[in-house]
Amino acid sequence: MTAHSPAPAEAGARADRGAFAGRTAFIFAAIGSAVGLGNIWRFPAVAYENGGGAFILPYLVALLTAGIPLLFLDYAIGHRWRGSAPAAWRRFRRWTEFIGWWQVLIALVIALYYALILAWATNYVFFSLDQRWGDDPDGFFGEYTQALGGADVTISFDVVPAVLVSMILVWIATIVVMALGVQKGISASSVVFIPLLVVMFVILVIRALFLPGAIDGLEALFRPHWASLLKPGVWVAAYGQIFFSLSVAFGIMLTYSSYLKKKTDLTGSGLVVGFANSGFEILCGIGVFSALGFMAQAQGVEVGDVVKSGIGLAFIAFPTIISEAPAGALIGVLFFGSLVLAGFTSLISIVEVVIAAIQDKFGLSRISSTLWVCVPLAVVSTALFSTTMGMPLLDVLDKWANEYGIVAAALVSTIIVTYAVRGLPTLRDHLNHRGTFPIGRWWLVCVGLVAPIVLGVSLVSSTIDLITSPTTYSEYPGWFIVVFGWLMALALLVAGIVLSLLPWPATSNLFKDDSDGDPIAPEVVAGKGLEDRADATTPHELRSPAGRV
Amino acid sequence: MSASAIVMMVIAIVTVWGGLVAAVVNIVRHPEATED
Repeated sequence: MTAHSPAPAEAGARADRGAFAGRTAFIFAAIGSAVGLGNIWRFPAVAYENGGGAFILPYLVALLTAGIPLLFLDYAIGHRWRGSAPAAWRRFRRWTEFIGWWQVLIALVIALYYALILAWATNYVFFSLDQRWGDDPDGFFGEYTQALGGADVTISFDVVPAVLVSMILVWIATIVVMALGVQKGISASSVVFIPLLVVMFVILVIRALFLPGAIDGLEALFRPHWASLLKPGVWVAAYGQIFFSLSVAFGIMLTYSSYLKKKTDLTGSGLVVGFANSGFEILCGIGVFSALGFMAQAQGVEVGDVVKSGIGLAFIAFPTIISEAPAGALIGVLFFGSLVLAGFTSLISIVEVVIAAIQDKFGLSRISSTLWVCVPLAVVSTALFSTTMGMPLLDVLDKWANEYGIVAAALVSTIIVTYAVRGLPTLRDHLNHRGTFPIGRWWLVCVGLVAPIVLGVSLVSSTIDLITSPTTYSEYPGWFIVVFGWLMALALLVAGIVLSLLPWPATSNLFKDDSDGDPIAPEVVAGKGLEDRADATTPHELRSPAGRV
Repeated sequence: MSASAIVMMVIAIVTVWGGLVAAVVNIVRHPEATED
């Protein structure tokens, strides 16, 4: 049984999909996707709270036993079946198409609110120049966002003009880059922005290291608390950080690898991406904690008293630091500029998941699919999030989309791929054919056993926390959480299943050959790998022994 | 900084950035095949 429909509309028609010019272009784009806000504002606090210097051990174990293996899984599926998430999953095994649509919908929801954070960061680059927040960054942030909080949260379309303008600019930039396409838009922007980001952040780190008190900050971060390694929560936190940081299992890396030419070393590339992402995180830890050390010293408190993460770190703690430090404006521009660059390259990868899916489903050109996706996305995103309900809505959507979207979809997909479809041997052989880093049984254990266990434990423990303990979300009205949290998450899965039941139009890319003229590889044969053929130049020339079409 | 903190910082830097260097050296040593 093949993945094609019996009668393609035009025999031999090729899909008009983008492509990366080469492996380097892909690697920069993938690093751009992986390196994002989480590296800068999540990793440092997570490391600090989970053993400090000792955290490097669970962190590395998580990178090697889950992060990189899952990255290879994404690459294998996208690269072999040459499509966006729904197309690639369908070609892998027809009934798994729902996973692809689920991933597309998750990406859609995240794209909606991610732009809001970029808008704030963009404004704050300018606010840094004159330290607009005065001596009350907390109050200033509240006035700037005019965000509703706690029990006051409700549906509101009261627009905040400053945020509205920034969001529109972010979306215009996004549309331009996406319309330019995979190579000239996504890759070209990553090739410029990633080095620029690294340079900017390195300068920031050097500046921060020379601030008084920086050493105390570094001490607080890197002092090892070995007893933490006995706590399961610390290991879950390490796996969680790697998982969210690397952008795996949510359709992005799958989509990007579908644009890579066939003769590519996927495993070698994946190792660069994984270690580059972690390398940048370590740098962020050093920079953020040097700055926090300075802040603690300036306020006469312990470093532990000023540690923050997320929005609080970026928009309250850092402005405080900027006000206190000499040449604070430079620190501000570098810091918020880094947030913008890291965030933007991540946003475009998230939006690409959706554009690629629409392009494949309807067989549209790049520009058409970009406009059909980005214009409504920009309008809805701006309409919902440039309002006073923007921040609380972001807060809830983010938590539930992450836990019950990304983590849940990753759990489901690893279990389905390993046990229901039994596709790992094929994927392993595909990766190994041109890979420079050999994949053996260890990979099957990581993807099939380690990942589902860790994802499952994480999901269960987050759910218990959300339901039983008081969290910041408990302050919001119950209906708000139910609608934008639980129901939203359920709706993404249900809608994903419904979308997978809809037929593909005759004009879709699903029935066309690959953009290089080759036919698409057949579906996986359960439990079997690919034959070892010395004359095969691409992994696509390998077939399962029983699966020759 | 205490000795153990310095040691852990060095270990973190060496393992992760060292891993990155090794990964880059690996791909540089295996240049891409040109497409036929």
